[in-house]
Amino acid sequence: MSRNFMRHVYGWLLLTPAVVLLISFTHYPTVATIIDSLFSKGTAIRPSRFVGLANYEMMIEDPIFWKVLINNAWFAVGTIPTSIILAIIMALLVNRSLPGRSLVRMAYFTPTILPMIAVANIWLFFYSPDIGLIDQVAGFFGIGGHNWLGDPATVLPSIIIMTIWKEAGFFMIFYLAALQNIPPELEEAARLEGSTRWYYFRRVLFPLLMPTTLFVMINAVLNSFKLVDHLFVLTKGGPDNASNLLLFYIFESAFSYFDTNYAATLTVVLLGLLAVMALMQFYFLDKRVHYR
Amino acid sequence: MLKKRNFIIVVVAVAFCWAMISPAQAETELTMYYPVAVGGPLTKIVDGMVADFMKENRDIKVKAIYAGNYNDARIKALAALRSGKPAQLSVMFSIDIYEMIEQDAIIAFDDVAETPEEKAWLDSFYPTLMENGRTAGKTWGIPFQRSTIVMYYNKEAFKAAGLDPEKPPETWDQLIAMGKKLTKADGSQWGVMIPSTGYPYWMFGALTMQNDQVLMNDAGNETYFDSPAVIEALQFWRDLGSKHKSMPEGTIEWGTLRKNFLEGKTAIMWHSTGNLTIVKSKAKFDFGVAMLPAKKRRGTPTGGGNFYIFKQTSAQDRKAAMQLIKFMTSPERSAEWSMKTGYMGISQAAYETPKLKQYVKDFPYAAVARDQLEYATAELSTYQTGRVRKALDDAIQAALTGAKTPEVALREAQALSERLLKPYR
Repeated sequence: MSRNFMRHVYGWLLLTPAVVLLISFTHYPTVATIIDSLFSKGTAIRPSRFVGLANYEMMIEDPIFWKVLINNAWFAVGTIPTSIILAIIMALLVNRSLPGRSLVRMAYFTPTILPMIAVANIWLFFYSPDIGLIDQVAGFFGIGGHNWLGDPATVLPSIIIMTIWKEAGFFMIFYLAALQNIPPELEEAARLEGSTRWYYFRRVLFPLLMPTTLFVMINAVLNSFKLVDHLFVLTKGGPDNASNLLLFYIFESAFSYFDTNYAATLTVVLLGLLAVMALMQFYFLDKRVHYR
Repeated sequence: MLKKRNFIIVVVAVAFCWAMISPAQAETELTMYYPVAVGGPLTKIVDGMVADFMKENRDIKVKAIYAGNYNDARIKALAALRSGKPAQLSVMFSIDIYEMIEQDAIIAFDDVAETPEEKAWLDSFYPTLMENGRTAGKTWGIPFQRSTIVMYYNKEAFKAAGLDPEKPPETWDQLIAMGKKLTKADGSQWGVMIPSTGYPYWMFGALTMQNDQVLMNDAGNETYFDSPAVIEALQFWRDLGSKHKSMPEGTIEWGTLRKNFLEGKTAIMWHSTGNLTIVKSKAKFDFGVAMLPAKKRRGTPTGGGNFYIFKQTSAQDRKAAMQLIKFMTSPERSAEWSMKTGYMGISQAAYETPKLKQYVKDFPYAAVARDQLEYATAELSTYQTGRVRKALDDAIQAALTGAKTPEVALREAQALSERLLKPYR
């Protein structure tokens, strides 16, 4: 009895560090955020009070909220598939023996090492109308300048391209590691059987890479919602919210408008979205993934 | 054993004496946040001035912390406030005043000033610069890094276009006409650029003032975004790009505009006077600085940062903070600050110091911002200022990018601001 009890104590003691960390940094903030979202904005003159779902009603009527949500969807659609495909292609390229292989690998990986703010500062000058690199190159071919970040039609694609450039190298590393783990016998066997390269990729390589793809995909989805550093430098969400994303809007609400409660409301939505997507990936995709 | 005990006694005695003495020596420690909104080595200049202050006032120690741009500075100051370890004073955006009052974060200078001399000091600055620092009959902010918008123009581009380099545009019509002449067909040079990211409402404040209409009332609880003069001003801004083709269409980036000007991509730019010194040192061509042109009158908003004293401070700290602020805003320091940065001197007396007098004589453009003060008005600042400002910013950008007409965009912004400000009337 007492021995059993001691074993329980022992077990719980082992769990304690993880439990404390999880509760104080994950569960408590989550619950606090949900509670905050039910209160009004407080100031010294008008203290915060319980308002039920009023913040959520305000959010549903807020056109900027819908705008940033749609932008975020486009941002995800624009960045995730392209950067994954590029990452696979780059990994396949540098997995072969080619002259200066490590140099090429490094070149692909460099954007990942740079902090997002630095990357954004570099791209700010790429995109600057007239003086920017892109316009100067275009001007060389006789194409007139374009205000990439100042035009609502091009600002989001411009940011998507920059994000792909930044992310593809990172995902490439995972694919590269996965490729190195695939035994070369498989390719030899496939070649003996007379399969084409594409067939080998589609039927052997890609399925074997599925665990990596799942991992990369989860990362890519998370990133598409949590990467907003570049907005601070490039556009501040402008022009007219054309490049505003959900997390940046949360930041604006909390720190420009000091409406932490509305920010909490938006955060609850973000949390919900991420949770749903994580669950979907685990339940649906997991069935298609072959772990060895 | 005895030795050891003796040693302990000595240690305790020394510690006790130390504890007795140290309060007498205690110096006042101040923490101050300050922002920098334009590029350049401004942090060094502020740190240098603070070091000078400490040399003169040995009993006060100042920790001056560079806190990013105006937004960052406000966030840091308020975060420190909430954490219970607030700074004693800070330079923050002059337009943060209502937010700070609503958060009960700052104390009015009238409540700190005791002597008649100190009260008189409150009136020693240019009255226009005090507009953003006064409300409800009290003074909450003391001007420090203050600016107006001025027009920088490239004299060589003027000459090349057959214009008199000593006659910059003085009216909107002249700006249109000259802008057209200065724009090169191949796109290598634009006539004029007015930045529309970062602080679009600020530039817009100039255009509306020139059309003889302010954007908000003194109490900060009413805006006039949909008045006809305001709509006309936004239409003019849009037309410079879409109709007269002398400005790029879409929005123009605040951060890279100076580079555009320095590389000759635009012949005219509207920008903060805070850029003056750096443009002066970097421009490879002869340039001029002029007041903004007029429609019905000349006009510009003031801008920049004020000193604030936080409420959660002891009486002693407040006194010390006041001393520091007096030092930083004294005519000599203000003159020095103005020469090193291009920000304006904040009092008549600053421009009467021999150093600045000489500087203005050698470089008359240093006085443009001051001369323009006569036509200046307060910067957009209301309760709920972040949201109200954002509503206007979005409207401006929507109009400039052609997503909405100026009228529709501004009516929407006004409706939103109306809803936000109603509870404050």
